[in-house]
Amino acid sequence: MTLKTRIIPCLDVKDGRVVKGVNFVDLVDAGDPVEAAKAYDAAGADELCFLDITASHEDRGILFDIVSRTAQACFMPLTVGGGVRTVEDIRRLLLAGADKASIMTAAVHRREFVREAAEKFGAQCIVVAIDAKQVSPERWEVFTHGGRIATGIDAVAYAREVASLGAGEILLTSMDRDGARTGFDLELTRRVADAVSIPVVASGGVGTLDHLVEGVSEGHASAVLAASIFHFGTYTIPQAKAHMAAAGLKMRLA
Amino acid sequence: MTRTLAIVDYGSGNLHSAAKAFERAAAESGRATTIRVTGDPGEVRRADRIVLPGVGAFADCRRGLDAVPGMVEALEEAVRGGQRPFLGICVGMQLLATRGLEHVVTPGLGWIPGDVALIEPDDAGLKIPHMGWNTLEARRGHALLDGVETGPHGLHAYFVHSYALTPERPEDVLAVTDHGGALTAMVARGNVAGTQFHPEKSQALGLRLIANFLDWSP
Repeated sequence: MTLKTRIIPCLDVKDGRVVKGVNFVDLVDAGDPVEAAKAYDAAGADELCFLDITASHEDRGILFDIVSRTAQACFMPLTVGGGVRTVEDIRRLLLAGADKASIMTAAVHRREFVREAAEKFGAQCIVVAIDAKQVSPERWEVFTHGGRIATGIDAVAYAREVASLGAGEILLTSMDRDGARTGFDLELTRRVADAVSIPVVASGGVGTLDHLVEGVSEGHASAVLAASIFHFGTYTIPQAKAHMAAAGLKMRLA
Repeated sequence: MTRTLAIVDYGSGNLHSAAKAFERAAAESGRATTIRVTGDPGEVRRADRIVLPGVGAFADCRRGLDAVPGMVEALEEAVRGGQRPFLGICVGMQLLATRGLEHVVTPGLGWIPGDVALIEPDDAGLKIPHMGWNTLEARRGHALLDGVETGPHGLHAYFVHSYALTPERPEDVLAVTDHGGALTAMVARGNVAGTQFHPEKSQALGLRLIANFLDWSP
């Protein structure tokens, strides 16, 4: 009996639709997040992540409906992030059926928010998302606004800080690798994972199944998050699991 | 006759997805059961089966439960007095303990004597919370585990917790999992049972266990 490495497909949702769609056979509406969630549930994904990239705050109500319909159709854990700024935002997401809320910019601006959220809802449902970029050979900094704005904060020290404030998990994205398909930033991932006692989810850069393996074996991540390789049908979840299991990782095989 | 199952609502998170999982298990297994999410002690007292969910911190959940007038008394009456089948989930299971030691010492319901304490894995490299999918090792046979494949090659359950219940009586432990040492995954004594993992998030294993609970006559 061992805790298994998790594979987490992440869906970018804008105005209630999956951005760019999900390329699965048999999917009636590739742009419907609930349909995509059901397909990943059936495929054996270990968790699912929705990242809401809706620009205007007024339009974010649609997301709660999507989360609610997903939670009623899929009996798997669901993390939702994007624009989570207040304790009330988290409460609404959890009430809609999310299992974890992912906070990013709001935690950068006000660290105490992490503590308040963890005390209110429990560490287990508070994920702190960190977007990091390498700025020198030995230093990675926290960035916001999709990697455009530098904060001057050291990513490893920040990870340690949010963990001590009560975060239950860190979702770590390398902005250098995001979309590049050249693999995770393993050095960054390992430094963060080794610095904290909470699980770290590696994100950003997956192009092959070997990249998923490396994220765990070399990056020391507890879970791997990927988007395009699954959405575009390059690989299926069962293929990814089989590959990681063959490489010696403990996986939950269907 | 249609039976009723009450999922106790005391402000601890979203219960609609849990209710959906129970509804689906009931429909798929042909067990006509009305699933009610309720904060009404009267309804809990009348229900044929009772589920106590719980997410968050032990003390918060206890406070939430106490904040519903008459709820603890209704549970005592239905479960302890009326011997109705009861399932606690996650912190809902932990609340069965004598005490919770999370942040502060908080009294539990005391139905499964024991303490709820921080998980201390024997391997310092292991992460806390124990978050994700793990298998179960059954300590004995039980109706709730009928058709649920256990052992290292068995089905997986979804866990997310930093604290674990250690019952005083080893026989109260129905199943364990492993995370740097054995952790209580399920407890059962008489008509009282609990799962540390979330059956409503545990896909195949969860739906089977829920169906078993709907069938269970302790």
